[in-house]
Amino acid sequence: MIAGSYWPALVAAGLVTYLTRLSFIALLGRFELPPLAARALRFVPPAVLSAIVLPELVLRSGELDLGWHNARLLAGAVAALVAWRTRNVLLTIAIGMAALWGLQAVLGR
Amino acid sequence: MLPSQYTRRREFLTGCRDELPILLGVAPFGMIYGLLALSAGLSHGTAQAMSSVVFAGSAQFIAAQLIRDASPAGVIVLTVLVVNLRHALYSASMAPHLRALRPGWKAGLSYLLTDEAYAVAITRYLRDAGRSEVSPYRHWYVFGAGITLWAAWQWSTAVGIFVGARVPASWSLDFTLALTFIALVVPALKDRAGVAAALSAGALALAAHRLPYKLGLPLAAVAGVVVGLALSGRQPAARREGAK
Repeated sequence: MIAGSYWPALVAAGLVTYLTRLSFIALLGRFELPPLAARALRFVPPAVLSAIVLPELVLRSGELDLGWHNARLLAGAVAALVAWRTRNVLLTIAIGMAALWGLQAVLGR
Repeated sequence: MLPSQYTRRREFLTGCRDELPILLGVAPFGMIYGLLALSAGLSHGTAQAMSSVVFAGSAQFIAAQLIRDASPAGVIVLTVLVVNLRHALYSASMAPHLRALRPGWKAGLSYLLTDEAYAVAITRYLRDAGRSEVSPYRHWYVFGAGITLWAAWQWSTAVGIFVGARVPASWSLDFTLALTFIALVVPALKDRAGVAAALSAGALALAAHRLPYKLGLPLAAVAGVVVGLALSGRQPAARREGAK
């Protein structure tokens, strides 16, 4: 079972999450977040999320695949369009999954 | 309003009630997390425990994916830290309101300080800002909002795990992870600096995907943030010069 060995990592991940939440509350608001850090936080979601998503879409067993037969890439593009137009997370997931199933059926995976 | 009209119980229940509409959006997320954690190879117990140990939606999604890819523990913790740094902002924003509470309350409310609980709690404090007299039990309101979200997150995770255990792998439900992130990243692309941060991080993650220990991910994330910062720093300066 692969998950067993991940317990220490998950506990540590929980701890760092808790400590960021506790940080300023425990410090009684005695000092504030440096402005540079506050500005940097805005770029964390786009940077982290696209660093995860892009390889998910264009890599197939470690190789770059930008072809028309890459169902995940096409379904991802459809989902991005839905996300851009509607800003609705659940709708994006629903249409993206439908697109993936449709494309897999058409392209034969 | 008379002070006697403020009670702990009433504050608590109002906090619970004000959190309810948000649950409509949170519950499906918890279910998707449960589904996805199983398809990433986590055991039922680990998947469920992560919802209370980490208790942060997007970080749990990412951790599940990193576990699927057999990433080392250090990279998982580092990535979760980067993703959850925004909570320091919430903490800084709540700190002045919670200053007078006992340490036990501070410790407990900090654990419950998720995106969704923060949104409801800070709205309450901002609403009260102009009033001459405020409830002395507002921390019970924060507690009510936070614990409602916590309970909904645990339940929806459990439902997701229950359903996920019955869905065959051929359904490709792991793809919901990429789709969730697409849905979250697209609205974050508000300006040139945001787009540049996303593109540079994505490109670097691709270029560095062969690096050992999955180090490409934290590396690409930090590079993306630096690019975004550099571009956003220059924008107001250029505007000022243009105005002269």
